[in-house]
Amino acid sequence: MAVTVRIPTPLRKLTAGADEVSVEATNIGSMIDNLEAAHAGLKERLCDESGEIRRFVNVYLNDEDVRFLKGRETALKDGDEVSIVPAIAGGK
Amino acid sequence: MSESIVRALKCRECGHEYEIQPTHVCEFCFGPLEVVYDYDKLDGKFTRELIESRPQNMWRYKELLPIDGEPKVGANNGFTPLIKADRLAKALGVKELYIKIDSVCYPTLSFKDRVVSVALSKAVEFGFKTVACASTGNLAGSVAANAAAAGLESYVFIPEDLEQGKVLGAAIFGTNIISIRGQYDDVNRLCSEVAGKYGWAFVNVNVRPFYAEGSKTLGYEVMEQLGWKAPKHVVVPMASGSLCTKIDKSIKEFIQLGLVEDNQTAMYGAQATGCSPITKSVKDDTDMIHPVKANTIAKSLAIGNPADGYYANKVMKESGGYAEDVSDEEIIDAMKLLAETEGIFAETAGGVTLGCAKKLIDSGKIPRDESIVLCITGNGLKTQEAVLNEVAKPRIINASLKEFDVLAAADGVK
Repeated sequence: MAVTVRIPTPLRKLTAGADEVSVEATNIGSMIDNLEAAHAGLKERLCDESGEIRRFVNVYLNDEDVRFLKGRETALKDGDEVSIVPAIAGGK
Repeated sequence: MSESIVRALKCRECGHEYEIQPTHVCEFCFGPLEVVYDYDKLDGKFTRELIESRPQNMWRYKELLPIDGEPKVGANNGFTPLIKADRLAKALGVKELYIKIDSVCYPTLSFKDRVVSVALSKAVEFGFKTVACASTGNLAGSVAANAAAAGLESYVFIPEDLEQGKVLGAAIFGTNIISIRGQYDDVNRLCSEVAGKYGWAFVNVNVRPFYAEGSKTLGYEVMEQLGWKAPKHVVVPMASGSLCTKIDKSIKEFIQLGLVEDNQTAMYGAQATGCSPITKSVKDDTDMIHPVKANTIAKSLAIGNPADGYYANKVMKESGGYAEDVSDEEIIDAMKLLAETEGIFAETAGGVTLGCAKKLIDSGKIPRDESIVLCITGNGLKTQEAVLNEVAKPRIINASLKEFDVLAAADGVK
C-alpha cells in the first residue's frame, strides 16, 4: 500500500529537495520507519527518543491531526495523503 | 551594571542551544526557544536593597531580562499597584486577597506594555527598523504606542471583529493597522508567513523568546509588593498560556536568587468557556491540547490554538494548581463584582480571572484561608461593548432642584 507524504521545507534537505514522497505503509508508525529507510535522518527529526511524534511536529492524515486519531497506530490505506507540518510557533 | 547573565536561546523540547538572535523555533525539532541565564553570575550582587534603590518601573529587575545594558524602548513601563482587596475578599468569603492591577500599566493600560518594551528594546538592539505583531487588541495598542515613542515603524495585525476601543487604541498612534477576515488563529498563521518574508521584528513570532520574558516582571513586582514573599495561590487569565508559565518562572528565579522563600505557590489558569482548550486539558487530566474555534466575549483570550498550552498545563499540574472556565454571563457578573467592590474596571479577561477564581474557591480548589493573588491584565474602557447594556443608564433631569428633590425622594434619600 502506497501513501503520499508531504514534506515541509525545513526537512527537504533530507529528501533531496522533494516536497512529496511515496512510501509503503500500513500505519503512521511504519510510514515513519519506511521514510527513515529511504531518507536517513528523518525519523529523529519527527520522533523523540521513545519513538513518539515530537510535540511540535504535526502529522495530518487527510487533514486530521493523527494525535486525535490513533497516533502512530493510525491505519493507512492505499492512496492516503499524509502531511507533515511543523506547529505554527508564535502567539501572544 | 555588571555583565549580562543571558546565556543562550534553548529549545524547550530537545535542549539544543542557539546564540542570541531573532529566532524562535528550534531548527532540529521545531520546539519553541526560551532565553536561559547563568544565575550564578548574579551571586550576591542582585539584592533586595539594589532593587529597592531603583526607579519604580519594570527595569528595576533588568538583570533578569534579556537585554544588553539599558532598555532602548519603554524605559518607564511597568510597576503597577498591588492592592489588598478586603471588600472583594469578603464577598468571596476568603481571608487574604490581593489584586495586581495591570489595567493601569503604562502606557497602554494592559500587561502587554511589559512584554512589548522587552521585545522592542531587543528589536532595536538587533537593528530592526520595523516592528509588528499578531494581536487580539492589547498587544496591537502596546506595539503601536511603544513603537511611536521609540520612532519605529509598525504594522499590527488584528482579527476583524475586535472591540472599537482596541482598534482605536492602536490606530491613534499612527501605526499601520491591518484587519484580517478571520479569527486570531488565522491572523497568527498569516503573521508567521509575513514574518518569514519581510525583515521585521514580529514581537510574538521571531522575537517571541525575548518578548515573553517581559511577563516575568509582573511576578517580580507581586513578590516585592507582598514584602518579598511569594504568594500561596495565583490566578491568571490564559490566552496562549505564556503568562502562566512566566509568572511561575519569575517565582522560581526569585527563590533561586534567595530573594524570597519557597511558598509552594500554586498557579491557576482562567479561560472563557467559549475558548478553553487549556482548561479542558487540565480538567481532562491530559497534556494534549485540542485546538478549538473561539466564541466568547473575552476576545483578548480568544486563542483557539494556544502556543504555550502544553507548558501552562504542566505548570498548573506541577505547582498543585488547577484551571477553570466561565460563561460570558459569568464574565460580566464578575466584571461588575470587581467594579462594585473594589472600584476597578477590568476588561473582559479580568472578568474571566475573577469568575474562575470564584469557582475555584467555591469548589474548594483554592482554600479560603491562604493568600490569593488575582492578576488583572487589561482595562475595561477598551471592552465597553461587553457591559454597555449591563449597567444603569444615567437618569436625565433638568438643572432644577425641584426635579432632583423628586428623584431623591423616589430613591428614599433623606
